[in-house]
Amino acid sequence: MLYFLLLFAALFGFWLLLSGYWANPLLLLLGLASSALAAWIGTRLEQSDTRGYSLRMLLRLPGYWVWLVGEIVKANLDVVRRVWRPHTYPISPVIGHLPLSQKTRLGKTIYANSITLTPGTVAIEVSDDAVMVHALSESAYADLAAGDMDRRVTWAEGRSG
Amino acid sequence: MTEALLEPALDLASLLLLSGGVFLGITGAVGVLRFPDFFTRLHAAGVTDTLSAGMILAALMLQAGLSLISVKLAFILLFLLYTSPVASHALARAAVHAGVKPVDAKPGESSSPS
Amino acid sequence: MLAAAAVGILVVMALALVRAFRGPSICDRILAVNMIGTKTVLLIAVYGFLSGRPDFLDIAITYALINFVGVIAALKFIERIAASPPPTRPEEL
Repeated sequence: MLYFLLLFAALFGFWLLLSGYWANPLLLLLGLASSALAAWIGTRLEQSDTRGYSLRMLLRLPGYWVWLVGEIVKANLDVVRRVWRPHTYPISPVIGHLPLSQKTRLGKTIYANSITLTPGTVAIEVSDDAVMVHALSESAYADLAAGDMDRRVTWAEGRSG
Repeated sequence: MTEALLEPALDLASLLLLSGGVFLGITGAVGVLRFPDFFTRLHAAGVTDTLSAGMILAALMLQAGLSLISVKLAFILLFLLYTSPVASHALARAAVHAGVKPVDAKPGESSSPS
Repeated sequence: MLAAAAVGILVVMALALVRAFRGPSICDRILAVNMIGTKTVLLIAVYGFLSGRPDFLDIAITYALINFVGVIAALKFIERIAASPPPTRPEEL
C-alpha cells in the first residue's frame, strides 16, 4: 500500500510537471485517474515483496547522490585524460567479479547503476553476491574493489541501522 | 546594481558550462572512435551521457532562471542519469551474451570464477 | 553561443555516426545510435532555447523516453536472437 502511495504521488507529481495546467479541474481529475491507474498497474508488476525496504532510504539517498556526483566528475576527468593523451595515460582494461553487500534488489540495482554511471567502470552482470565489472583501467578497477561505493550504497539502503 | 552584475556573471557561467559540455561530448565521441573494442567504447560513451549532458543542461538552466522550464530541464537530466546506466548495462550484457569478446582485458582478482 | 553549442552537438553526432557505420559488431552500432539519441535530446533542448520556444522541452522529454525504450527493445531482440539457437561453437565441441 505504501508502495502504491509513493508511486502514485511520484506519478502525479510528474504529470503536474509536464502538464502545466494546474487550474483546470477536469484535467486535474483526468491526471489523478491516469496516475492512479498507472500506479495500480505498477503495483501489480512489482511481484517481489517490498518489506525489506526501509523508508530511511529516502532520507539517505540524497546524501549518497551528492557523493556520487563528485565521483562521476572525477571518473569523467580520468576517462578524458585517457582519450586525449593515450600515451601518457594508457588504457588497461580489466574484467572481474566483485562482491556486493546489499540485501535488497533495489540496493543491488542502485549499486550496479552507480558502477555503470561512473565512466570507466561498467557492471555487466549482477548475481546474488557478486557483480561482474569491466573497467577501463586498473586504477578504476582498484578504486571500485576498495569497496567504498559498496559500503555507501549499503549504508543508504538503511536496513537495521 | 546586483542585476547588472548578475547578468554577465550568469552568461559567463553558462558559456563555460556549454563549452565544457560540448568539449566533453566531443571527447566521448573521439573515445568511441579511438578505443579498440566494444567494452572500452562503452566507457567513452559514458562521458557523453553523464557529465556532458549535465553541463549542457545546467547551462540552459542558468539561462532559464527559476521557472518551470528549469524544472523540466532538471527532469531531463534526472531521466538521462537514470536511463543511461540501464542502457549501458543492457548493452554490455547483450554484448557478452552475443559473444563479443573484450580485447586483451586482464582478469581482476575475482571473488568467484564465473 | 547557443548556436555554437548546437553545432558542437552536431559534430558529436557526426562522429558517433562514423562509429555506427564502422561497427564492427551490432552492439557497437547500437551504442553509437544510443549516443546519437542522447545528443538529440540535448540538441532539441538547445534548439528550443535558440528559437525562443521552450515548449520544445516537452519534445525533448518525449524523445528521451522513446530513445530509451527503443534501445532496450533492440537489445532484448539481439539477446533473444543470440540465445535462441543453441550456440554451436566448433572449438567447444
